[in-house]
Formats: sequence, C-alpha cells, structure tokens
Amino acid sequence: MRAAAIAFTLALLGTPAGAAPEQIVAGLSQSRVSITADFDGTEILVYGAVKRDAPAPDGPLQVIVTVEGPATSLTIRKKARRGGIWINSEAVHIDAAPSFYAVATTGPLDRILSDTEDLRYRITPDRAIRAIGLTSEADDPDGFVAALMRIRFAEDRFRMLQGSVQFVEDTLFRADVVLPANLTEGEYNIRIFLTREGRVVDTQDRVVFVRKEGLERFLNNLAHDMPLAYGLLALALAGLAGWGASAAFAIMRR
Amino acid sequence: MQLYLPIAEVSVNAFLILGLGGIVGFLSGMFGVGGGFLITPLLFFIGVPPAVAVATGANQVVASSVSGVLAQMRRKAVDMRMGAILTVGGFIGSSIGVWVFRKMTALGQIDLFVQLSYVLFLGLIGAMMLQESVRAWLRTKSGAPVKRSHIHTWVHGLPLKMKFRASGLYISVLPPIAVGAVVGFLAAIMGVGGGFIMVPAMIYLLGMPTKVVVGTSLFQIIFVTAFTTLAHAVTSQTVDILLAFLLIAGGVIGAQLGTRVGVRLKAEQLRILLALLVLTVSFKIALDLLLQPTELYSVTPGMLP
Repeated sequence: MRAAAIAFTLALLGTPAGAAPEQIVAGLSQSRVSITADFDGTEILVYGAVKRDAPAPDGPLQVIVTVEGPATSLTIRKKARRGGIWINSEAVHIDAAPSFYAVATTGPLDRILSDTEDLRYRITPDRAIRAIGLTSEADDPDGFVAALMRIRFAEDRFRMLQGSVQFVEDTLFRADVVLPANLTEGEYNIRIFLTREGRVVDTQDRVVFVRKEGLERFLNNLAHDMPLAYGLLALALAGLAGWGASAAFAIMRR
Repeated sequence: MQLYLPIAEVSVNAFLILGLGGIVGFLSGMFGVGGGFLITPLLFFIGVPPAVAVATGANQVVASSVSGVLAQMRRKAVDMRMGAILTVGGFIGSSIGVWVFRKMTALGQIDLFVQLSYVLFLGLIGAMMLQESVRAWLRTKSGAPVKRSHIHTWVHGLPLKMKFRASGLYISVLPPIAVGAVVGFLAAIMGVGGGFIMVPAMIYLLGMPTKVVVGTSLFQIIFVTAFTTLAHAVTSQTVDILLAFLLIAGGVIGAQLGTRVGVRLKAEQLRILLALLVLTVSFKIALDLLLQPTELYSVTPGMLP
C-alpha cells in the first residue's frame, strides 16, 4: 500500500510539468572539439526541430541556446591609487565562474524570457555568474562582478547573440556558436530552451567535450606528469638551437 | 599563420613570435644582455599569461645566450674563470630570490613588486650608464688621454685573491661572488637573466675590460636562466615549449647578427645605446604605474592566497 503510494508520487514527480505538448529534438554538428596546433577557434552548430502531439497553441514560439564552458575559480582585483602609484588593493574571490558563456536567441531576451524563468534557469550571463558563491573583502562586490562581465565580454569569452537563431515555421531551428581559440579544456554544456510568452515550454541538454589532441596533448601531459624531463627537454632544445645557429653562421662566414 | 600554444592556451601568429624572438636576439648578441627584460613585457602585450611569459622567456634567453657565447668564444672574449665564480654567486642569489618571490606571491603584491624592481633597477642602471658612457664618449672625441680604470680601492685588499687572465685582473673572489648573488637574486625576482645589471657591475665594480664583459656575462646568464627555467618547469609547469621554440628560432639568428654588428660599434656607443634602451623600458613601466589604467579591475585564475 505504502510502496504503491510512493511509486505513484514518484511517477507524478517524474513526468515533466504539463507533459510538454511541444518537445525539442536536437543535434550537434560535433560532440567533441580537438585542440590541435593549428586550432584557431571553431564553430558549433546546434540544430533541431519541435515535435508536437497536438496543434501548436497560440503565440509565437522562441528558441534560446546557451553554451557554458567549464567553471574555474578566479580572483578579481581592483587597482587604487596609493602614494601616487596604482596598485592592487581590494580583491574579490569567486569559487566558480564559467570560463565561456554564450547565449543565442531568436529575439531580444527581455521580451522572450520572463524574469522568473531567467531566475530559475539562470540563462542571462549575470545570472549565470551571480549564481555562484563569492567571498569578498571589498565594500562593493557588485562592481567586481560587473567588471568581470566587462572583461569577459571584451575577451570574447562571453557572448550575447540575440536574434542569431534561425527558426523556420515554428519547427526547425539552427544556431551557430563560435568558440574562440582561448578555450579551457573540459565539458561544454549546451542547453536549448523553448519559450512561449516568456515561459519555458521545454528544455534539452547536450554536452561537447573540448580537449587537446596530438602534439598539444603530448606536451601538456609531459609538462604536468614529468615536469623535470619536460624542463630538461626545453633546455636541451635551447642549447641545441643556440649551438646550431652559431655553427651555421660560422660556416657561412667562411 | 596561427598556432595554438599548449601551455599558454592561446592562439598566436607564429611569424609575429619569430620576429619578436629575432629582434630580442639581435639586441642580446649586440649588448651581451639576455633580453629577458624585453621579451617578458612583449609576451604580456600579445596576450601570453604572465607566469608563462616569465618562464618561457627564461628558456629563450638560454638559447640566445648559448648562441652568443659561442660567437664570443671564437673571439676569445669569454673569461671562463670569472664566469664560473659569478655563476656560483648567481645560484646562491637565485635560490634566495625564488623563495622571496613565493613569499610576495602569497602576499598578493608580486606584480607591483616586479614592476617596482624593473623601474628602480632599470632606471638607476640606465641613468648611471648613460651618464658615464656619454662622458667617456665626449672624452675620446676631444682627444683627451683616457684614464686607466685600475684604481686601487678596498676591493683590492680583500683575501682569497685569484688571477683572471682573460680579464687581466688579480682580485679577490669575494666581489664577483657578491655581484653574482645580487644579480641572481634580482634575476629570480624579475624573471630575467640579469645581463643589464651584470654588464655595468662587471665594468664599474670589478673593473673588467669591456672586451670580455659581453661574453662573460652571456656565459653566466646561460646557467642562471637554465636554473630558472627548470625551477619554473618543475614548480609551476609554466614553460611553453612550443612558444619557446618559436622565440628561440628567431632569437638565435638575431643573436648571431647582433654579435656581428656589436663588434663593429665602439664600446662607448654600445653602452650609450644599451643605456637608452634600458631607460626606455623603465620609463614605460613607470608610466603604467603612474597613469590611471583604463580598466581598474583585473581577473586572475585561481584562489586568493
């Protein structure tokens, strides 16, 4: 009896709210990004369609795609003038902030997504950052978070691509997100949201793995696993190159 | 041609790096300085993380110094014995310097400390060299007799005397060890080989003839920067071998050309040029400290110490 009740509750919780009459079917152009010597950024194509059991309700359907890179801890420092020179004074520490964050949409975010849904799903960059704990010795931590956003956007690590998602006949969509060359290795989470009148109708998650390959991977592993051998290799290379150039020029001069 | 660097984790233009290495190598061969005080700020400027720039810069200095020293050796312009004594001092100073560097990093003011060291030492040494070399240059032009630099001071009364044949000196080993230690210390703090301090110290403190100063300085720099490179590779894994390779390829060629040009210039002219170069770098770093930066905030990965 009791077991049945629990099973019933679980079944209720298990079903998505409203059983999603409209569902996302999505795919990625690549689920793995290899960073090799000639890597200069790449483009990820997120494509898909909306599956319906019944005719679509009224109101335009919208698509939001977010790409979030692995979170890293970081320190934000603020310079202040002390005795005539500019030195680091206050600092704020953030446990985990995404190393990359892009939002691509079919239209202006403030029109296609309500505040409550943004709060719940943490879609806009400010929400994605603010969500994560920050310890501070500063008077004005908000200024530091704003600075982080400013710097990240300037570095192209954060991107707002409003209106860049193509959406055909409320059914087929595609979004191109460019990943820059200065990527951090790890899992990149891709979230796809379907919204109508600001409310999220359905979501889908996908993962892209970014890792170094080939020579890049070999050197990176060697540097971390066998640092002494790596250091000696670097020195041997330097010594050999120096000797080689000197010898070559000595021959040329004769 | 874009190239992704495995440790620095940035994509850079390979030809730009080759060119940078070439220019710094040229100056290195000409003046007998390692060029670390130029390469490190230049790497910051093109977006290489500071820790990687310092460590990889040291590696590049090893190569250009080897290349330069071999060229100088053919001219018999290296005082091996003096170089060995200076290196012993250099290791002592460098070990202390690495320890202080770690302490300052823990305090969170390493950037300021490094910048202030640059301004202070480059400014001081540049000004001293400029003043002295301009005076010497004017004297040779007016044809007045050149004074010998052999003035007996307390330095010559110290014990443990040793003959340095290539330099024509008979002095105690204590001053060279002290000079080596001070240079090694500053080198570890500033992430450079220390040639710009070593060259004037050899000329003015030890009284070595300018002819052997460049080669001997390069000789000593090889060992100090090799030590620095290994220390960085082992403790922080910040040596980027691919970046180093590009810098080295440009640097060794530049160093050879620089040595050729350096031989043709007069010693005073060489010193005036080096002094101006050192002063320019010092002035640039001083400006960065004095002017209000456009972005007051900076983001560094990792925890607060």
